[in-house]
Amino acid sequence: MQALLAISGAVILVVLFVVAFGPGLRAALQAHRGGPPGSPRLGQRLSAEELAAEQQAEKLMADVVGAGGLEQYRALGFLHSFGDPEGDGSPGYGYLIYPHRPIVSFDARSGRLLNELCVSFPDQESLQSRLPDADDVLAKWMAIRGDELGLLAAANINAPGRQVDPAQARRDVIRLREWTTSPSDASATTQ
Amino acid sequence: MKPGYGDQLLAEGDPEIAEQERELIEAFRRQLDRGMWAAVPTNQAGRREAVVVRDFADVPRDAERVIFFPPAAGG
Repeated sequence: MQALLAISGAVILVVLFVVAFGPGLRAALQAHRGGPPGSPRLGQRLSAEELAAEQQAEKLMADVVGAGGLEQYRALGFLHSFGDPEGDGSPGYGYLIYPHRPIVSFDARSGRLLNELCVSFPDQESLQSRLPDADDVLAKWMAIRGDELGLLAAANINAPGRQVDPAQARRDVIRLREWTTSPSDASATTQ
Repeated sequence: MKPGYGDQLLAEGDPEIAEQERELIEAFRRQLDRGMWAAVPTNQAGRREAVVVRDFADVPRDAERVIFFPPAAGG
């Protein structure tokens, strides 16, 4: 009986440990392993080659979306794109474009999250390498601006919250609103 | 755009010069044959946009560059 109680106690302790520390433990394990596919590799240093590629990609981004767009990317960690203006002259929806994570669409008036568009640009020759972060964001931005329907057709469309934390995405919508309405955003040119 | 490397220059030339235009067309077709997507960035009065093109004839004559990137796939 005592052995049974001891085993029950151990099971309860394990359950409590997992409940108490599970999320942190999981995050630590994911960080150690490099995270799930498509997630930012937090805590990992870039190699010299990766750093050079990233700097080159940011330069290309500045050439394409303008200095204001690059400034937004560096400050917020994402680019954005709004849909065409509707009857009242305001866009009905917009996209948050993250590096190597799904694009999140949102209602531009209410800020409500609409969908996650899971899309990637896999290397045709090697599954090992991927675009630098800024190139991945820029490719998504160009695809949205240049062929939105084509991108939607290629993407796996899911409800919000599948891969991107909805609370973070809602905060990012607010940060974007603050960014695009601040006087210092005069140089931002992404629409 | 090349995974792992950033962007690389594939070809450059003046499309008004026949020989250079041929080289540009060949480079363009090689990339599309590999399945790459092609986009032309534009800047009209400060408004930044991009046009996805599938034929060299669709590239605006005054385009400064065409950017090729791997085709989008469901993630």
